[in-house]
Amino acid sequence: MIYWQIFLAFFIPGILGYGGGPASIPLVEKEVVGRYGWMDTQEFSEVLALGNSLPGPIATKMAGYIGYAEGGVLGAAVGLFGAVAPSLILMIALMAILFKYKDSREVKNISKVVKPVIAVLIGVMTLDFIVTSEASLGGIQTAILMVASYLMLEKWKLHPALVITLALLYGAITGIFIA
Amino acid sequence: MAFFRAGMLGFGGGPAVIPIMQRDVVDRYGWLTDEEYGDTIALSNTMPGPIATKLAGYIGYRVAGLRGCLIALVASIVPTVVLMILLLGILQNYKDVPWVANMSSAVVPVVAVMLGVLTWNFVRQSEKALGWSRAILLILVSVVLLEVLGIHPAFLIAGLILMVLVPFIKRTVKKT
Repeated sequence: MIYWQIFLAFFIPGILGYGGGPASIPLVEKEVVGRYGWMDTQEFSEVLALGNSLPGPIATKMAGYIGYAEGGVLGAAVGLFGAVAPSLILMIALMAILFKYKDSREVKNISKVVKPVIAVLIGVMTLDFIVTSEASLGGIQTAILMVASYLMLEKWKLHPALVITLALLYGAITGIFIA
Repeated sequence: MAFFRAGMLGFGGGPAVIPIMQRDVVDRYGWLTDEEYGDTIALSNTMPGPIATKLAGYIGYRVAGLRGCLIALVASIVPTVVLMILLLGILQNYKDVPWVANMSSAVVPVVAVMLGVLTWNFVRQSEKALGWSRAILLILVSVVLLEVLGIHPAFLIAGLILMVLVPFIKRTVKKT
């Protein structure tokens, strides 16, 4: 039963996530946090933070880790299979047909019309994360950390792994201070 | 080897992997030409699901059949997943220590910023593909359907795909 749930939790985002791995993040969150309650927003953000600071495709890192947390090694395998296999099989099977129609307007349009929906899903998730952060750190610290990480990531183009590490350090130091 | 390297070096999720993979697949091993590689990427963008694994699996399949497909997938996925399980396992063990708990709180706003930037990227891509008015209209409709009415995104996405494909299917059927 748990394996079937793990499969579904990653199969649905895999098959709906137009726009690559990042597009499936909010869909995974919907299943993992919203439907099955395997983790809360805070825990999910840890997975995402670590996933973002490690190399490699994000969708599979999440599927592998969450599958492992819920169902051990077999769970990880099931999660990965659910995330990867359906869209890959579809792609190999349809490649010949797709090549024939690759210039067709409608085929190109599929991923275009889905993008606004993905934008909304990620946007809502961003708000969730801000609210969660406000609840645990308070508004002022949240704002400082957000402005600082925005500057580091977007203005100075620092590596995400470095920014995450700095945030962890900041948390550790202020944590000791509070204790 | 090509996919192991791309997997380990591709910081920043799937899309970051694309140029790294191109160097190995096209320049180093010559499995595909530049043009074939470009076509493959364009087409895999029209399919759902994570892009890096679709590329690895498909190219592996073309080069060496089913076995090539599996090897490419394992190489691009397994190392980073193992790393992730190890590191998060360590974090979970110490999560009741107050300063460790505070570390994980401090990460949330950073992730929020990353997601915010990602949101903006998707908005810009929609705008480029559809124009402002249609992009905003679709965004507003999605907000109402998803957040106000609480419809599962699966139905909305499936509905949109059908809407786009109906004229295409009609035309194709007529031709044959």
